[in-house]
Amino acid sequence: MSFLELRHVAKIYGEGPTQVQALQDVSMSVEAGELVAVMGPSGSGKSSLLTIAGSLEEPTSGHVLVGGATLSKLSRAEKARLRRRTIGYVFQDFNLLPGLTAVENVSLPLELDGLTARKARAVGIQALDELELTEQAERFPDELSGGERQRVAIARAIVGNRKLVLADEPSGALDSVTGETVMRMLVAACHRGAATVVVTHDAQLASWADRVVFIRDGRIVDQTMPPASPESLLQSGPNQ
Amino acid sequence: MSVRHALLALLSEGPKYGLQLRQEFEERTGEVWPLNVGQVYTTLQRLERDGLVESDDAEDGPQKGFQITADGQGELDSWLRTPPDLSLPPRDELVIKILVAWRVPGADVHEVIQVHRRYLVELMQQWTRLKEDEAQFDLSFALAVDAELFRLDSVVRWLDTADGRFRRARSEPATPAAPAMPRLRRRVGVRR
Repeated sequence: MSFLELRHVAKIYGEGPTQVQALQDVSMSVEAGELVAVMGPSGSGKSSLLTIAGSLEEPTSGHVLVGGATLSKLSRAEKARLRRRTIGYVFQDFNLLPGLTAVENVSLPLELDGLTARKARAVGIQALDELELTEQAERFPDELSGGERQRVAIARAIVGNRKLVLADEPSGALDSVTGETVMRMLVAACHRGAATVVVTHDAQLASWADRVVFIRDGRIVDQTMPPASPESLLQSGPNQ
Repeated sequence: MSVRHALLALLSEGPKYGLQLRQEFEERTGEVWPLNVGQVYTTLQRLERDGLVESDDAEDGPQKGFQITADGQGELDSWLRTPPDLSLPPRDELVIKILVAWRVPGADVHEVIQVHRRYLVELMQQWTRLKEDEAQFDLSFALAVDAELFRLDSVVRWLDTADGRFRRARSEPATPAAPAMPRLRRRVGVRR
């Protein structure tokens, strides 16, 4: 069953002559455990798609379902709970709170959700351990490298076993080896059952996905077929 | 990579027997650069003739031992530092198809670009699958897969750029086309 579903979603910003149609009739679904990449150029609507899927913005028309619940039918409190418990966000610029240490950043959503500070911290430490960030736990964001900051941001997004992970250009300014580490973390979250959507213009990042959806001018125009076995590549070799 | 330089590289690690060279040659290059194993012994004979390797007194065959000479080491060092010829753009069939699609009446160049983009991303997905299992992923194989991913990625980027340029060209008033550099035209295989 799909964990995330967008049905005929449209988004219009502004009015009259300055009106911008960011999304038009977008329908897509993401299964639990599936990694979907949304690829498109700047201004194609991919970030709007992500914020609407994550209940950070309302669509102008159409419906979004998360875990079977239609977002437009939820109260503000119910949506806030969904954002705290079920959905994890990773942003290009990390969005870590500068006054909190790495572990405080990671455990904050759990504390906001009612867990005691002590328990939240224990879960946060465990999440950082799993991502090999134990040594960075007590450091502040400005004491971390770009790659470490993004890994902490991913730890924050997946802590507490989130079912839906949404990432916007998650390796934005990172080098390709660190970008690969970030994608491996997202793949691992999928293996634990999270439905994950990554929006990116980077084909190397997108190639980690089970499925790549192409967006242009606010419309989904194409998607990849399930990848064939890589064995066929080795029979001929890359230089052939 | 030639069999000749692959063998010099193996011998730069120390003296080896013919059979050993053949086995290591297969192990190291088999998956990534499939070369002709049958050429190993004849190439060793030629390397010896050219003074780039020396052999022991054993009869020709698997038990004959070889070691690299100073000239052979020099040849290997020189080969490592000689850039392959990348100065001329290849006759790229994809470039030609996209340029033709822009002119063919009724063809949607953006749709043609997307067909190729999707194919390339699907191919990249296949290569990336090889990276998922890190346990079976040695350094030389990882680098060969990365090289292929970067190559395909550069083609996707070119398609993205072409897509953007065609959009701008369509939305901007037409200007008289400046003649392209004749040599470049010839290289990409476009007839006037």
